[in-house]
Amino acid sequence: MAHATETTGTEPTRRDFLFLTTAAVGVVGAGSLLLPLVGQLAPDAQVVAAGAPIDLDLAPIAEGQAIKLFWRGKLIFVRNRTKKEIDEALAVNIATLRDPQTDQQRTKAGHEKYLVVYGSCTHLGCVPLGSSPGEPKGEFDGWFCPCHGSHYDSSGRIRKGPAPLNLPVPPYAFTADTKIKIG
Amino acid sequence: MSGHSTYQPKTGIERWLDARLPIVRLVHDSAISYPVPRNLNYLWTFGGILAFMLVAQIITGVILAMHYTPNASMAFNSVEHIMRDVNFGWLLRYLHSNGASMFFVAVYIHIFRGLYYGSYKAPREVLWILGVIIFLLMMATAFMGYVLPWGQMSFWGATVITNLFSALPVIGETIVTFLWGGYSVDNPTLNRFFSLHFLLPFMIAGVVGLHIWALHHVGQNNPTGVEVKDVRKDTVPFTPYATIKDLFGMVCFMLVFAWFVFYQPNFMGHADNYIPANPAATPAHIVPEWYFLPFYAILRAIPDKLGGVLAMGGAIVILAFLPWLDTSKVKSMTYRPIARQFFWMFVLVCIGLGYLGAMPADEPYVTISRILTVLYFGFFAALALIGIFEKPTQLPTSIADSVLGGSGARLAHATASEPNVKG
Repeated sequence: MAHATETTGTEPTRRDFLFLTTAAVGVVGAGSLLLPLVGQLAPDAQVVAAGAPIDLDLAPIAEGQAIKLFWRGKLIFVRNRTKKEIDEALAVNIATLRDPQTDQQRTKAGHEKYLVVYGSCTHLGCVPLGSSPGEPKGEFDGWFCPCHGSHYDSSGRIRKGPAPLNLPVPPYAFTADTKIKIG
Repeated sequence: MSGHSTYQPKTGIERWLDARLPIVRLVHDSAISYPVPRNLNYLWTFGGILAFMLVAQIITGVILAMHYTPNASMAFNSVEHIMRDVNFGWLLRYLHSNGASMFFVAVYIHIFRGLYYGSYKAPREVLWILGVIIFLLMMATAFMGYVLPWGQMSFWGATVITNLFSALPVIGETIVTFLWGGYSVDNPTLNRFFSLHFLLPFMIAGVVGLHIWALHHVGQNNPTGVEVKDVRKDTVPFTPYATIKDLFGMVCFMLVFAWFVFYQPNFMGHADNYIPANPAATPAHIVPEWYFLPFYAILRAIPDKLGGVLAMGGAIVILAFLPWLDTSKVKSMTYRPIARQFFWMFVLVCIGLGYLGAMPADEPYVTISRILTVLYFGFFAALALIGIFEKPTQLPTSIADSVLGGSGARLAHATASEPNVKG
């Protein structure tokens, strides 16, 4: 009976306090368990370590040719563009683009003929065609994604189809005239 | 609906067990004496067929897991090892892969049956929503299972489907990285998909338990949609009536299943999945398994990434809201002349979307996909409107009347009411 009068009062009781603190500690404890349970899903140390920068010699890539390589498990296209392709990329009015970027923003000054982009369609991640000889390059002399029909131009910019963004440019820098470091 | 238990333990051991764990009573009440409407047609056997398929998939799946290696460099070869070296491995794998397709055949018939006969309406809303949850879990399980052989379709299917999450603003990219466990679909992705592919069927089994619990609490719907009014006249006991009918339906279904397994084992698969995964080249024409094609067509119909993903998800989630979207009080489409026509149009729209999902992303397929996507969602809007003005035809007064009809009904009524008066 003593308990009944204790709990029916308007004042919070010691029991209320104990319930609240117990619940709070329980929530914090259960919540902190989420850290290892969810954190293990993130890329592990081995995967992260495999993402160290890599060096690439561009000299063997002939004009008009493109190569594919992997960095951090992601496909990268490196293309030595022809004069025509560069001119086409420069001639575009960027106000008409879905993801407006100039060709200069996507290449390194003095090395405009080299285009380095991720080879994964920004729609749902398929590999766009157009790097190897004989593959369709789409309507804009760049790449064409066979999965859902996105067209990229000779600067890797999205021009037509469902993809929302340009092919992203990975972080890289020229270490010599024809040598780059990706990462 | 089940009312009082009619189980009578006969022996001393049965009485002893019944007092401690009434498990025999549970089975008796839910699978033997349980009353089922006397007018159920063969479309009602698909619940039992689905339960059978779930058990079959779990048995073959657990065995396949004993021979499979979830590693990106070994997975493809371990599947070929199952096909060539493991005793009866070819049979078990074909049963499992075709079993997935047959599972979806059965679930689509089951869903369309529920749509036609209004099985989602009160008091079966929770039963229906549990079904939608099972459907979602099935899709997740089937998708992750298809990734395991690590062929070209496995790899690129996994890439495309996981990339769907990247459409979400702000957190999308992080979610995708956490799904992959790396910066692309790779070994960590395969490992976690294997783990989840093993887990999810047991979660399905759990939700199926709830689904059956809800079913047995509210009772089965039936082709008239008229609720059971008199258990003695409108129903028959589950055993032997429903048990035998379900078994017969299952045997017929298994004939078709066996035909695929033994004569066309790769008919529902894709040849590209016999090429090992290659992260540097996407197959020229990637398509998901046939049972995802209608939703894939909706995804591609929307010329916006986030919009496409939302439309595809919405096409499934909208089913869960059906009990409240359909405004008609009449359950069975048999008595709804206008809604019935819309139902058959909806069936054609779904088949049409399935066809378009398998076609390349070119004209005229894209435009037709857009029209059919509008019609798909239009069906649900139509159900909301039709219920307001549609005049349903005359409903039978009871299930017994609908079965025995006209004079037969009166006769049955007269004879059946006699023991009623006495008893």
